[in-house]
Amino acid sequence: MWSMSKTETPLYEQLGMTHEEYQRLLEILDREPSHAELAMYSVMWSEHCSYKSSKKHLGRFPTEAPFVVVGPGENAGVIDIGDGWLAAIRIESHNHPSYVEPFEGAATGVGGILRDVFTMGARPVGLWNQIRFGPLDDAYNRYLLSGVVSGIAGYGNAVGVPTLGGELAFEECYSGNPLVNVMCLGILKREQLVLGTAGTPGTMAVLLGNATGRDGIGGASVLASASFDEESTTKRPSVQAGDPFEEKKLIEACLELYQKDLVVGVQDLGAAGLSCAFSEPAGRAGVGLDVDLDSVHVREPDMTPAELLMSESQERMMAFVHPSKVDEVIAIAHKWEIDASVVGEVKEGGTLTIRHEGEIVAEVSAASLSDDAPLYDRTSGEPAWIEDIWTNTMSLLQPPNLSEALLMLLDDPSLADPRWVYQQYDHQLFLSTVVEPGHDASMLRIKGTQKGLSVSTDGNGRHCYLDPRRGGARLVYESALNVAMTGAKPMAVVDNLNFGNPEKSDVMWQFIETVEGISQACEELGTAVVGGNVSFYNETDGQDIYPTPIVGMLGLADPMPERPPRLDGAAEGMELLMVGPRRSRNLAGSAFEKVMYSHVGGRPDDPDPVMARAVIGMAIELASSGLAPAMHDISEGGAALCAAELAIASSVGLTLQFTKWEGLFAENPNRFLAAVAPQDVAAVEALAVKYRVPVSQLGLFGGDHITYTNGGPETASLSLERATHTYEKAIPRRME
Amino acid sequence: MKTAVVVFPGTNCEHDVMWALKVLGAEAELVWHRETDLSEFDGVILPGGFAHGDHLRTGAIARFSPVMDEVIRMAKEGKPVLGICNGFQILCEAGLLPGALLQNRDLKFICKPIHVAITATDSILTRAAEVGQILSIPLNSYEGNYQAQEDVSDRVVAVYCDENGLVDESTNPNGSQGNAAAVSNATGNVAGIMPHPERAIEAILGSSDGQILLKSFQESLGVVHV
Repeated sequence: MWSMSKTETPLYEQLGMTHEEYQRLLEILDREPSHAELAMYSVMWSEHCSYKSSKKHLGRFPTEAPFVVVGPGENAGVIDIGDGWLAAIRIESHNHPSYVEPFEGAATGVGGILRDVFTMGARPVGLWNQIRFGPLDDAYNRYLLSGVVSGIAGYGNAVGVPTLGGELAFEECYSGNPLVNVMCLGILKREQLVLGTAGTPGTMAVLLGNATGRDGIGGASVLASASFDEESTTKRPSVQAGDPFEEKKLIEACLELYQKDLVVGVQDLGAAGLSCAFSEPAGRAGVGLDVDLDSVHVREPDMTPAELLMSESQERMMAFVHPSKVDEVIAIAHKWEIDASVVGEVKEGGTLTIRHEGEIVAEVSAASLSDDAPLYDRTSGEPAWIEDIWTNTMSLLQPPNLSEALLMLLDDPSLADPRWVYQQYDHQLFLSTVVEPGHDASMLRIKGTQKGLSVSTDGNGRHCYLDPRRGGARLVYESALNVAMTGAKPMAVVDNLNFGNPEKSDVMWQFIETVEGISQACEELGTAVVGGNVSFYNETDGQDIYPTPIVGMLGLADPMPERPPRLDGAAEGMELLMVGPRRSRNLAGSAFEKVMYSHVGGRPDDPDPVMARAVIGMAIELASSGLAPAMHDISEGGAALCAAELAIASSVGLTLQFTKWEGLFAENPNRFLAAVAPQDVAAVEALAVKYRVPVSQLGLFGGDHITYTNGGPETASLSLERATHTYEKAIPRRME
Repeated sequence: MKTAVVVFPGTNCEHDVMWALKVLGAEAELVWHRETDLSEFDGVILPGGFAHGDHLRTGAIARFSPVMDEVIRMAKEGKPVLGICNGFQILCEAGLLPGALLQNRDLKFICKPIHVAITATDSILTRAAEVGQILSIPLNSYEGNYQAQEDVSDRVVAVYCDENGLVDESTNPNGSQGNAAAVSNATGNVAGIMPHPERAIEAILGSSDGQILLKSFQESLGVVHV
């Protein structure tokens, strides 16, 4: 890994550490670090593990609410959902590994996020994937999509956790740098909550699961925290290989340990491997740890201490166990046919002492590894070009051909039917999926209760590029509305902040603005950020991706509606209503401008928090009332596409009246569509009055055509059959 | 009457099968794959999942799990033995059912609701149903492509079709021979089905059509099939 041919490069640099960081380490240690120590600091102080460029700004997020049990900083955020039940949620990125090796990169992303959640004592009950690639006309992008989806399916299906949704988008800026984010939700009873603490002196550290090998060495530092170029695929050995079967056994073994109250604390082994699993729990508990590396069960002989400490071999957990319970822990591990070894003992003081073949190879402060990474206050500044893109609005001399526009939107892989993807994922296991993938939010029931958990994840790189603050806020409102349309109250947010190179002031400005936008919207809605992840250096050959935050929203419906609205709930004779502001005509960042004219410019509207709260409130009540069998937010593609999606899903035609064609394509996060039986329209209108929200009758379901008309020449008309075929085949026809 | 639901390392549908049996009011118990005595049970279900990680070949290692001697004994005694998805693959590997399950025709995992039509009612899986009855049941597999060298047409108890009962290549999701979705042995007491009846037990999850199949199994307990 640190090859001899590069002897001219200092070792710390080969390990991804800068000269300044190395100087800081010398100051902390007051001596030269040993090889093993340098290895540990290089991974723990990497951007990926230490958040050194972002930490200063992440404090802005509102993280407190009465229902928050565990906020950011632990392995996963945990909220109280009542009656002794808790929900744990976490999101992570696996962008760079997935570009280098799509199948294993995506698969190990799934494995890692699962461990984050079952580390907290929760049974993982659902996975969501947010994936973004360059356009599908490029063969390498098709290879990446295919590999990533197979990797997610191969791991998620086999490990036995359903994949309940996610996002799929294509944009030129992701061509050299795909985004692969993954979110996991778990549920647990309050008494099963476990934290990542090493406990008190005398506690034993027991390493469970897979044997440690030479895979994934330096994944966090040299791969996840560096920019990309043409040589990047040579970093393939830094990608880990996953084994869902080991993980499945590890999940069951750990859940049994929690159930029998056999552990003091647990830490998963992901990025930075053993270095992290020793230092973070000890740092949190303010204790030290004596470690014997010879006890670690290994996959291959002659591994050096540095390799053992940096390895990111998958499917491993560190349990901290009272000495009297060690035998029982090992017996349970063996019952589930996984390996276990006692590798260390907790000591007074804060020193992490690591022995190998009888010698001390590292002796450092545990907390200095996890907490003393240099923090950067990176320069940021409003980019000179932002005014130019705001004024770069598009205008058409003639109205567009509306039929053609609708057809192109239906055929766009970012907007079209994502079934090709999610039908490769088991989304039914556990018999809890009440609203399956393909809807605005998925809903799962908690068996034996009246509760339903609703989850939506949303991202929109174009809007965030045009205005990161407004774009960030819009995502929160959109995901909250999605959750509300299943009858659930939005509660907790996790975010995955995918950005370019933080050493550029433009990128840092985008980052800070996004954090501000997300924070403001969360405050307006009373939702709390309970966790997140930052992925910087998403640039290839100097080209940064669009700032692409992903917001994951968790909502609770208690009781869950008997029949939550679905996309396919519309039927012949039902009215199509639009709830929310009537006049919304800003096309900046819209799918319409992108798909029809390859135009990305202008400035998206600032979302209105008062309207957002009202619309979300009404959506919750409407969804719970049963008055609207179908609901759909008006997001990408505007009312034109979203109304067509209702018609296609429900296999029924639709005639819609509009006034201005721009209104068909505008994207406003405070609006939704509802299909309502004629006799229930008055009740829905009364609800709108109660929430002070505009409501308008847009059209009528029926017939075998999708027709949009303003009574004049500007008309769109497609047969339902053609629209359906185009929408369903957009992705398969490009992939097969 | 009590059913054993076998758990191999890597099995993942065991809790779903237990839930479904509970909804139907049936008595069942989870049994670890190292168990060597199933004498207290009247029937056995091998649920879906990835037993032993599907390593080597689906079901190839599971057939050697210690519990399988007892499963084979019960099958020979005429007691009801049902394999669902991965359980079906294990029963084929163990030689209790004819044929084998290959990778899907399109080399992709398929998770979606499909339709099956009942073609025979002389099995523990279909005895409560009627020939021609069409059921909506979720499919969830990568190796679901049923193939047999011998003629098994009289052993197929359910076939893939559409909602109107059309059985042809267009309604065959995975390339199975003759659209076979479920088969039984000659005496009808051992059956395997690729779609998941336990996932179609409650209308709130989309369909309750799977009830008739698990009810068939339940009604078969205590009846000796020779």
